[in-house]
Amino acid sequence: MKPASFDYLRPDSPEEALAALAEAGEEARLLAGGQSLMAMLNMRLVQPALLIDIGRLAALDAIRLEADALAVGAAVTQGTLERRAGLAEEVPLLAELLPFLGHYQTRNRGTVCGSIAHADPSAELPLALVALEGSVTLRSARRRRTLAAAEFFAGMLTTARRADEMVEAVRFPRRRAGAGYAFREVALRHGDFALCAVAAIAEEKRLRLAVGGVADRPVARDLPLLDGAALDDALNDFAWALGGSDDAHASARYRRTLVRKLGRAALEEARCRRA
Amino acid sequence: MPARLTAAKRHRVSFTLNGRAVTGEAEPRLLLSDFLRHVLGATGTHVGCEHGVCGACTVQVDGLAMRSCLMLAVQAEGRRVDTVEGLAGAGAALDALQRAFRRHHALQCGFCTPGILMSLGDWLGRTPNPSEQDVREMLSGHLCRCTGYAGIVRAALEAAAEMARERGKEPGDV
Repeated sequence: MKPASFDYLRPDSPEEALAALAEAGEEARLLAGGQSLMAMLNMRLVQPALLIDIGRLAALDAIRLEADALAVGAAVTQGTLERRAGLAEEVPLLAELLPFLGHYQTRNRGTVCGSIAHADPSAELPLALVALEGSVTLRSARRRRTLAAAEFFAGMLTTARRADEMVEAVRFPRRRAGAGYAFREVALRHGDFALCAVAAIAEEKRLRLAVGGVADRPVARDLPLLDGAALDDALNDFAWALGGSDDAHASARYRRTLVRKLGRAALEEARCRRA
Repeated sequence: MPARLTAAKRHRVSFTLNGRAVTGEAEPRLLLSDFLRHVLGATGTHVGCEHGVCGACTVQVDGLAMRSCLMLAVQAEGRRVDTVEGLAGAGAALDALQRAFRRHHALQCGFCTPGILMSLGDWLGRTPNPSEQDVREMLSGHLCRCTGYAGIVRAALEAAAEMARERGKEPGDV
């Protein structure tokens, strides 16, 4: 299908984009890579009056290595981040999961911040941000605010972003000394939406597991340092607490099984990598 | 403020298509895929699902393979766009990748082929010496309902080996 009509604006700076967004409010949508938004426009699931294209704003097309995090600007594509030399050292979880995110061709255009703003419950980048306890910087014409990942994601395709705000940057905390990271997912096909995706972090005094594709948003839980049957019990509790439901692709029961099995495998792998 | 391209009007769009400067007019909502086919007459780029899944419309923009159905024509302004029409050389001689596709029967109906060629042309250049698994993961971004992919994978691996030979390396060397 083809999109309904809209006006198109290509601002020359983030400030111009935010001024236009403040004026148009709910009527406008920001367009960056468009790998979710363009499909929704084509299917007429969204019909904005105005598209504000921020995809070519050089000021937003920057990745910065900060003291404790990797900061990724709103126009940075997933492919650019994936090809970044040193990513596996800086944020190993991202290096591991980016190849699973959509397809090569969509990563070349889709942005990191766009995936975060879209907030699909099965998407890999929101999962990574929640697992690592990263943050989202929102900017409007009037002010800037930063939210923890867990505060930002509010439900299925729903976030704490207000109509006049842009996701200006997201920050993924850097690899911590002595920590191991691992990612696993099951999808019908490589690059499809994950039926269940998990990200595990193992440190000396804690285990942390984040799960995507089951609840209405990615959810993380700190687990006690357990092994064997005790760990299986903790994972079983987590699987039930996520409250997944049946859909066309998988039953709730199968998804709980995936949380238990993938969770166990990812946690063990993260522990091995810690050593 | 910059000019706002209004919905009801057509606006001039200019970019470089297969090395040639092209210009046409497009409403903001016109997809790049439709602009290529209906305004410029470049019908080598095919259109399947129009939501980014099937890969038939894949072109290269500034050298990167991407979906032309998930991009607006007005977003191509000033860019370099390459499509399957640009692959063949003088006298319509097939390029190395196209020859490999023919040798390995990597197409039957040919509907998906232009998109796959445009993906591989970019991807093989960035992924020297790919494994079969690498090729299959990249091909997950394309649907082919004729071949079962076996011939496409063989053709891609052979083209990769040929590119490695040209660089003076053996397949598998990093």
